[in-house]
Amino acid sequence: MRTAPPPGRNRMRLRLLSVGSLLAFVLLWQLCVAPEGVSDWRIPRIMLSPPSEVAALFVDKLTNPKPDGETLVVHAWVSMQEAFLGYLLALLVGIPLGLAMGWFRTVRGLLRPIFEMIRPIPPVAWIPLTVFWFGIGLGGKVFIIWMSGVVPCVINAYIGVRMANPTYINMSRTYGATDWQVFTRACIPSALPMVFGALQIALVYCWITLVAAELLASDKGIGYLITTGRFLGRTDLVLVGMVSVGLTGALISLIIDRIEARLLAGLRR
Amino acid sequence: MDRTVVHIECDGVGKSYLQKGRTVPVLEGLSFGVRERELLVVLGPGQSGKTTLLRLMAGLEAPDAGCVRMHGEPVTGPGTDRGLVFQSYMLFPWLTVLGNVEIGLDIQGRRTGATRAQARDKARAYLDMVGLSGFEDYFPHQLSGGMKQRVGIARAYALEPQVMLLDEPFGQLDAQTRLSMEQETERIWRANRKTMVFVTNNIDEAVYLADRIAILEGKLPGRLAAIRDVPLPRPRDPMDVAFLRLREEITAMQKLAL
Repeated sequence: MRTAPPPGRNRMRLRLLSVGSLLAFVLLWQLCVAPEGVSDWRIPRIMLSPPSEVAALFVDKLTNPKPDGETLVVHAWVSMQEAFLGYLLALLVGIPLGLAMGWFRTVRGLLRPIFEMIRPIPPVAWIPLTVFWFGIGLGGKVFIIWMSGVVPCVINAYIGVRMANPTYINMSRTYGATDWQVFTRACIPSALPMVFGALQIALVYCWITLVAAELLASDKGIGYLITTGRFLGRTDLVLVGMVSVGLTGALISLIIDRIEARLLAGLRR
Repeated sequence: MDRTVVHIECDGVGKSYLQKGRTVPVLEGLSFGVRERELLVVLGPGQSGKTTLLRLMAGLEAPDAGCVRMHGEPVTGPGTDRGLVFQSYMLFPWLTVLGNVEIGLDIQGRRTGATRAQARDKARAYLDMVGLSGFEDYFPHQLSGGMKQRVGIARAYALEPQVMLLDEPFGQLDAQTRLSMEQETERIWRANRKTMVFVTNNIDEAVYLADRIAILEGKLPGRLAAIRDVPLPRPRDPMDVAFLRLREEITAMQKLAL
C-alpha cells in the first residue's frame, strides 16, 4: 500500500488536478474550433463557437438583453425561481409521503401502485398536458419540476424508513413508545441521512428537467435562451445558455453539500 | 421485599429460529427464577443462546415453548418495568448524552404526565450516578466505549425499572475498562438493590458480580447446566484464594457442560 501524503499537500494536489483538467478542456476546445472564414481540419464556426467567444458573450449577456429580449441575469433568475418553487414543493410533499409510505402499511398499500405507475414516466412527457392546463407560464413548469423532484424524495424517504436500524426501533419500544412515537423519535431521525441524499438528487433532477421544460414551452429562462440561440443559428448563444446551466447547477450542488455536511455532523457514529 | 421471592422467572422456555430453511433450536426447556433484589449472572460461552434468553425476558421476542413471568404475570412484550443494557450500546447517534437518557423518560412522561423539566432533572441525576456529569452535551461518537456503556446504564436506570437486564454489557471493552465498569456495576447495584440479570461469557465477571450463577450448556440448543451460589463477601477480590477456588470450580463445571 502507498503511504498517504500529508493531508494539506494532498488537498493542494487534488485542487491542482481539478483546475488543470478544466483548463486543458477549455484549451482543447479552443484549438479544435476554426477561426472565422478559415476552413481546414478544424470544426467550422457554424457548428461550434470557441470558448473565448462564449466567455465574451457570457459577460456581454449579463447586461445586454439582445437578441432574445432579456439579460442573462433575468433568465437565470426566472429559471431559479421555477426550479426552487418546484423543488420546495417536491420536498414538502415527497418527503412526508415517502416517510409515511415506509412506516404505515395502509399508506403503502394505497399509494405504492400509483407511485410505481407514475415513476417511469419521464417528467418531460408531462409537458404537453401542462401546456393545456397552465399555458407556458410559471405554473406548468413548476408542475413538471415538482414531478421530477418528488420521485427521488419519496423513494429516498421510503428507503430510509425501511432501512432504519431495527435496534433503534426496538430500543424505543422498550421505553413503551407508541407506534407514532417510535416513528417520530427513532425512525425518522435514523432515516435522515437517506432523506438528505434526496435533497441533492432531487435538486439535480429539478434543474435538468427545468431546462428541458423551458426548451419546449417558455418565453423566459435559460432554456429559452438556448432555444433562441438555436433558431438564430448562433452556437455561441446556445453555449452561453449551456454553460450557465452547468455553472449554476454545480454551484447549487456545492451549497447543498455544505449544508448537508453541517446538518449531519451530529449523526456520525 | 423478601429476597427469596421469585421476581422474574423462565418456565420451560424454548425458542428456535428458522435459518436457511432449517429450524435451529436455540433454547430448550429452560427453567429458573431470579429472586427479588438478586444479582443473577447467566454464564455461557458464545452460541449458547444467552442473548436470546435475555431478549425473551425483555419481551422483545416471544418464546415458542414455555413462558416468562414477572411476579407470576406472563411477559407479553417490552415494558418499562424492565431496563435493558446492550453489548452494542444502542445509543441514538443523533441525540446527545443527556438526550439519550432523557428520551425514555420523555416518552414515559407522555403517559405519566411528568414534565420535561422533571425528566431532565432525573436524567442528570442518573448521569451523575454513572459518573458522567459534565458530558451531557457530548454526542455518542465523541465518547469512549466505556463511557457509551455508562450512558446505556444511566438510560436504563433512569426509567426506574424493577428488573435490570444486561446483555454482555462490557463485551466490547478493554480489560482495564471492563474491570472498572464491573466495580461500578456492583457499586450501583449495592446502592439501589434492583433485581439484576447479567449475561456474560466471562467467568471472572460472573464470579465477581453474582449472587448466583446460572450456567448454560455450551452448545445449541441452550440448556441450563447448573445454578451455583457465590457465597463470597463483597466487594470481592479476584486474587483472593476463595475467589480463585470458586472460579476453578465453575470452569470445571463449564468444561463438563461442553
